[in-house]
Amino acid sequence: MVLPQQMETIVLEPGRAEKNYWRDLWRYRELFQVLAWRDCAVRYKQTVLGVAWAVIRPVLAMAIFTVIFGRLAKLPSGGAPYALMVFTGMLPWTFFSTALSDASNSLISNTNLVSKVYFPRLIVPTATIAAAFVDFFIGLLILTGMMIWYRFLPSWQVLLLPVFIFLAFVASVGPGLWITAVNVKYRDFRYVIPFLVQFGLYVSPVGFSSSVVPQRWRLLYSLNPMVGIIDGFRWCILRGQIYWPAFGLSTVVVGGFLWVGVRQFRKLEKTFADLI
Amino acid sequence: MSQEIAIQMQSNEVVITAESLSKSYLIGHEIGNHRGQESFREAVGRHARTFVRAAVNVAHGRQIIRGEEVEEFWALNDVSFEVKRGEVLGVIGRNGAGKSTLLKILSRITEPTKGRATIKGRVASLLEVGTGFHQDLTGRENIYLNGAILGMSKAEIKAKFDEIVDFAEVEKFLDTPVKHYSSGMYVRLAFAVAAHLEPEILIIDEVLAVGDVVFQKKCLGKMQSVASSGRTVLFVSHNMQTVAGLTERTLLLKAGRVVAVGRSTEIIDQYLGDLAPGDAVYKKAASGGGPEITRVELHTSNPGHLQQFGKSMTVDVEIQTPEPVPNAAISFQITTGSHQPVLHVLNLDSEVPMLRSGGTHVLSCRFPKLRLYPGFYQLDFAFGASHPRRVFEGPHQICPFEVAVLDEIREFYWYPNNALYVEEVEWTSQCLDPRAEGRHSVVPAST
Repeated sequence: MVLPQQMETIVLEPGRAEKNYWRDLWRYRELFQVLAWRDCAVRYKQTVLGVAWAVIRPVLAMAIFTVIFGRLAKLPSGGAPYALMVFTGMLPWTFFSTALSDASNSLISNTNLVSKVYFPRLIVPTATIAAAFVDFFIGLLILTGMMIWYRFLPSWQVLLLPVFIFLAFVASVGPGLWITAVNVKYRDFRYVIPFLVQFGLYVSPVGFSSSVVPQRWRLLYSLNPMVGIIDGFRWCILRGQIYWPAFGLSTVVVGGFLWVGVRQFRKLEKTFADLI
Repeated sequence: MSQEIAIQMQSNEVVITAESLSKSYLIGHEIGNHRGQESFREAVGRHARTFVRAAVNVAHGRQIIRGEEVEEFWALNDVSFEVKRGEVLGVIGRNGAGKSTLLKILSRITEPTKGRATIKGRVASLLEVGTGFHQDLTGRENIYLNGAILGMSKAEIKAKFDEIVDFAEVEKFLDTPVKHYSSGMYVRLAFAVAAHLEPEILIIDEVLAVGDVVFQKKCLGKMQSVASSGRTVLFVSHNMQTVAGLTERTLLLKAGRVVAVGRSTEIIDQYLGDLAPGDAVYKKAASGGGPEITRVELHTSNPGHLQQFGKSMTVDVEIQTPEPVPNAAISFQITTGSHQPVLHVLNLDSEVPMLRSGGTHVLSCRFPKLRLYPGFYQLDFAFGASHPRRVFEGPHQICPFEVAVLDEIREFYWYPNNALYVEEVEWTSQCLDPRAEGRHSVVPAST
């Protein structure tokens, strides 16, 4: 048997868990991969339509929005076909809402892990959020198909898309962690999240372009972090206009949420095993 | 690895130090009985107070506790001990003694409220077999998943994959989702993954509670080899035979405190001795479903569940049955504290007729001279019918008692754990080359 050169020493004391946290997070990166892979693998198991659900849901929602906002309300689309504009907004929004609702339940549905094995708990909700990319990339494929159908060619800005995808991920992690943590303690949040997601769909510029919002309200409107991200997606893909001050504000709000989310999560994390 | 090296590896280096580890939980109580005499106004007031307190708790970010009175409960209280490298330490105690809390703290699942523990080396804990198995994934996928959860790297799992599959005996079903596995296969696979962990310190809780006898033996063998390979193991179990077989030293917990630490056999005897009072009569309310053993009473020769060696002992069994049980059969085993059967006693309806009508029956079994070796014992019941074959549930590990030799002192004889049973024997002695004093006659001797 080979004994390791140097034996690490762990001290367990009240309030001590902080010390090795970020190092442990790095050490358990493989667990992150495996859990994300698991969440992807079981996502559509034992469903009749399988992955088709990842296509049906956004396409139906897009059709409804296009008819209501584009045809009936006749809102402007800023040059691009209305359906394309809706779908481009739908992509980050669907990712955000799926990530948020999946993450909020992630710890509770992994109770046996949390109460039986040690690992940095941050891994569970973030892996779940990463798994939400499955639907996202399927959506991206649909979007590509739609662009070919509409013969719509994106410009160089599309190369910046990864930046905005990353931003969408970060925007989901912040509130996701926060809600996950409080959901362990107060299960009331299980009922709050579906409502929040529903509500968010209408206050975010998914079915319409944020240019319909009066100029003097734009900054206030951008306090919703999804405004900046959706605008960013449209700017990348549809050569749309972007109101940079608003985008900057959204990004700051995203950062703020991330900070609060991680802090709250870390604060409550110690008690998870006792509460769950 | 040979025994010799294993012994060398148990050094004096202390790898786990616990210093007054304590863990408290808050629990809520309802005051009194609210049903009946409480007016509507009082009930509203009570609920309003509870709600306000919950709101205050939420505002302070505290946990909500149901009930009107909150009490601090110490699941673990001032626990200190040391474990040396290569040592296998058993942890025993009744339910709620704090065993699981202790392991949870040491495996970093929860933080202690007070005190500290210092651990040298990588720790892997096995608090439940199959932690994190996903029903919809295949056996192969679950090996990787479970391995990662237990702290193995992908490379490590890959290297041991064949060994794990081999140990679990599931080659054929490797690509079947585990939800289609039999419970035996499931447990085998889960244990196999865990058994191939190679941490410096392994924490195990009740893993052997499942699986068939053959596999349990295999697990035990694996654990023995783990234990003798110089790894430090903390082992919690209710199965005293396993604890006695695997560990040298044992820690006994009671109500969150350390009662004793020492040689496993002694500590186990002490634990079983503690268990005895109050439990000598087994009682169970009849559920009315079918024939049931509702009461077992042990009449020992002396008070305090003490049975004098060689004296008579009686076991009374009360059975309630709604209807006659044709060809009834009842048997019980007397087992040692570590659950090793010593005696098996059986009665069939064809021998002494029983349960031939519905109602409450009392069967009595008398041992005219109980010749069990001094030590701690208990009873395991089995109960059914021979044809048509039926099996009803019988209580296990009940009516603990101690056998002691009270009036006979013999040098070199009554050592604890020397034997399980003393048979009546007849000795003879003879001298084959008689000298001057003359021939001995045959002299019978008794025990």
